[in-house]
Amino acid sequence: MTLELKDVSLRFGADTHIYPTSLTLDPGSFNILLGTTLAGKTTLMKLMAGLEKPTRGEVWFSGRNVTGVSVRSRNVSMVYQQFINYPNLTVYENIASPLRVARIAEAEIRKKVESLAELLKLSPMLERRPGELSGGQQQRTALARALAKDSDLVLLDEPLANLDFKLREELRDELPRLFADRDCIVVYATTEPTEALLFGGNTACLHEGRIAQFGPTGEIYRAPKDLVSAQVFSDPPINTVTVTKRGGEFRLADMAAWAAIGEFANIADGDYTLGVRPHHVSPLARGENPVGIDGKVLVAELSGSESIIHFTMHGATWVSQSHGIHPFEVGSQAKLYADMSRAMLFDKNGTRVAA
Amino acid sequence: MNNKTINHAAWIFVLPVVALVAFNAIIPLMTVVNYSVQETFGDNTFFWAGVIWFEEVLHSSRFHDALLRQLAFTFTILAIEVPLGVAIALAMPRKGAWVSVCLVTMALPLLIPWNVVGAMWNIFALPDIGLLGRGLNALGFDYNFTRQPGDAWFTLILMDVWHWTSLVVLLAYAGLVSIPDAYYQAAKIDGAGSFAIFRFIQLPKLKRVLTIAVLLRFMDSFMIYTEPFVLTGGGPGNSTTLLSIDLVKIALGQFDLGPAAAMSLIYFLIILLLSWVFYTLMMRSEAQ
Amino acid sequence: MAKITLENLGHSYMESPQSEADWALKKLNIDWEDGGAYALLGPSGCGKTTLLSIISGLLHPSAGRVLFDDKDVTDLPPDQRHIAQVFQFPVVYDTMTVYDNLAFPLRNRHVPEADVDKRVREIAEMIDLTDTLGSRAKGLTADGKQKISLGRGLVRSDVNVIMFDEPLTVIDPHLKWLLRSKLKELHQRVKTTMIYVTHDQTEALTFADKVVVMNLGEVVQIGTPVDLFERPQHTFVGHFIGSPGMNVLPCAVEDGKPHFAGTEIDTASDKNLNDIKGTLQIGVRPEFVQFADKGVPAKVVKVSDAGRFRIVETHADDTSIKLLVPEGQGIPADDAYLAFDRNHTQVYRDGWIVA
Repeated sequence: MTLELKDVSLRFGADTHIYPTSLTLDPGSFNILLGTTLAGKTTLMKLMAGLEKPTRGEVWFSGRNVTGVSVRSRNVSMVYQQFINYPNLTVYENIASPLRVARIAEAEIRKKVESLAELLKLSPMLERRPGELSGGQQQRTALARALAKDSDLVLLDEPLANLDFKLREELRDELPRLFADRDCIVVYATTEPTEALLFGGNTACLHEGRIAQFGPTGEIYRAPKDLVSAQVFSDPPINTVTVTKRGGEFRLADMAAWAAIGEFANIADGDYTLGVRPHHVSPLARGENPVGIDGKVLVAELSGSESIIHFTMHGATWVSQSHGIHPFEVGSQAKLYADMSRAMLFDKNGTRVAA
Repeated sequence: MNNKTINHAAWIFVLPVVALVAFNAIIPLMTVVNYSVQETFGDNTFFWAGVIWFEEVLHSSRFHDALLRQLAFTFTILAIEVPLGVAIALAMPRKGAWVSVCLVTMALPLLIPWNVVGAMWNIFALPDIGLLGRGLNALGFDYNFTRQPGDAWFTLILMDVWHWTSLVVLLAYAGLVSIPDAYYQAAKIDGAGSFAIFRFIQLPKLKRVLTIAVLLRFMDSFMIYTEPFVLTGGGPGNSTTLLSIDLVKIALGQFDLGPAAAMSLIYFLIILLLSWVFYTLMMRSEAQ
Repeated sequence: MAKITLENLGHSYMESPQSEADWALKKLNIDWEDGGAYALLGPSGCGKTTLLSIISGLLHPSAGRVLFDDKDVTDLPPDQRHIAQVFQFPVVYDTMTVYDNLAFPLRNRHVPEADVDKRVREIAEMIDLTDTLGSRAKGLTADGKQKISLGRGLVRSDVNVIMFDEPLTVIDPHLKWLLRSKLKELHQRVKTTMIYVTHDQTEALTFADKVVVMNLGEVVQIGTPVDLFERPQHTFVGHFIGSPGMNVLPCAVEDGKPHFAGTEIDTASDKNLNDIKGTLQIGVRPEFVQFADKGVPAKVVKVSDAGRFRIVETHADDTSIKLLVPEGQGIPADDAYLAFDRNHTQVYRDGWIVA
């Protein structure tokens, strides 16, 4: 039960929505499509589901070419950002609906619906209608319906986006557990890097209709292939600036200089794009190779436990996200430290430079 | 993977509709096209006539007059019904028990068969026994729609406004209630008066729905037949003989099938053209 | 600009409220200082939107008074209160240009055209819309439209308070950072009183100088972000603020001291607990729990990678305890001991903090 996209692309007239994409998703895997609005997440899901037919390329499932096979004859479920349930059916009937279509015996249905309701904490509201439920409960009902179908492919299109922050946290915790003992392929679309990280599994970074990179989530976060992947997978946005390497030294204009050590010791001289994640920039000299940078403070956001300092430096706007409360006067000059041992370097084509 | 077979039986259910459309629209239309280029003397023998019927119709002053009357009628009722409909929709309550009362009252005229509307207004407006006719005369107006062309037009337009403004009201109302509350709240906070709210929020948001309303009312009023036929029969004289009435007179009254067919096609093309112009203009202003 | 006072404010959507539960807002007394940045934070249905509507004058309260600078405005309509509001979904006047949108509130108030022009250009500069002044507002992206909504508030010189109703809902995460810091920056520049309603703790804590936490129509705590983080007055605040929320553990009392899992727990308060009746709990945030050589015995059950840190879930005495482990620090494989930071560990009685 493997889903394969082979050079799939989608065009409408002159507009390319998905550039040729190849992707293999294994049974039982949890896969995340990460990208901004309009990056092509939903379109890619529709191609996987068969709701959209690719302009070129093929979709294979379990070693069978299913390109052009209608979604009705594939075993797919989908949960959307909006809470979509049958408004005139009770929660019980909503969850039971895919089972009724499959003509399963009544006793069997009852058993299955009740166990799903238990799992998703819906047992007390089985007799209510979706309109009488809170947003979180409505989305749980939609999830239960998707699970009841026992699909081979479950597509979740930003299902938590319309929920309260805390509810989101709660369901985010539960979701992977729901699929833990199933061998279906789960695809989860999100705009939030943190969400992708917490789910783990595999992540595909999507940018303007292309998959920049696909692989194990933690690996992509820590070792992105290129600048696009690093930018898609960074919240707050990754800080970038052009630096020059000459001999054994990096220079950031005439502001800062530091030794090219470790993996960067032997790379060629020239200009590079430096990428430093906001939590590796701190008002305190922390980490293995902190380098001081002078900037002008734009905004200081102090949440209860951390400080988020926005500052301009050599024409670029940088963000520092650090533990503890570090008050800064707006408009003042400040020294912040970037831990260069954690920094990434990208060449002119945006490819990450690694030893 | 569970394999469900695709249900090809679904196509069979579509067949009756295809057949119906064929009988209902395509075949009669083709017959009309056929008649419009032939001459017949009534014994079912036909001769090729080319475009002479089209030339004749396009040059006849009778057709010109009927077309002008038709345009005058359509634009008059559009000019009254659309603003009136929007005004009534604006005045209707958005919440509460009165909503359904208003909606049902508004929908009532739309439920009455067209020939009944014609007959009702005919009796209602009669100067000797009708409430409207007698009332107007009692107030000192010299009103008689069966004799005076002006009165006939007045009655015709009043009838159409009574019958069809509701359609505009219902469409506009549906458009109004779909505007999110936040827009009204923002406008209140920005200090906008009710005219500014209408001009900058309600009207722009109603644009789509009003396009539909104008199109529907345009097409319907341009093809109107039953009501004026029952009310005035096209009279007095030819003063209210609209295109559709004239067409029937030629086709069935005089049995001039060729000219009638040619006129039908021209009529059809005018409606198509004007609808297209309307639609394009309104969509273009939407896109800007 | 004005000080805002809410005096015994209450609201019910019912004609004649009977029980406590019929009130959407229950007896609020709040003072908001002139020029402050405030956030109203709570889950959906907590009454925060109701409260916002009452302040703006879109809703008349069932009880109590609203005062602006000690002047009763309870019966005044919105346009006479001199307030501005940014809604959840962007509200712009579609047919107008950006310029006309910004000028609209001034023109409605018959401000001379020369002053309108000056003011509009000044504000457009502030919110980075100068380049788009001539284009139709309809064509702008969601964040651009929200800026217009905000701009319509800023142009007026008579505004007492600008209110935000979850303004970042429809904004992509990477733009959220920018728009949020822009709001903060603007507040620091114009010093108008601002009230920001949200269910998102990050937005509330980073934007506001003072946060009002609400639940079930009541104010649970008003405090600075640091107060809320370090000394939540109620377990609800502890749970709702922080991600993950505060660990709340059952508390046993021996010799007047709090105990959990057979271990004595040092807390910030030295109070003898023998005299206190009610259900006792211990609250400690995941940020203040560490692995140690001795302390509460626990088992590691789940590790989630959040990039900057890892969230480790442990079980101790059948209770789940979460802790945050910074990037690069080790995590015991299975059995471990947990130590709580004494200064940030509190005891709660029936939900409320024991001082």
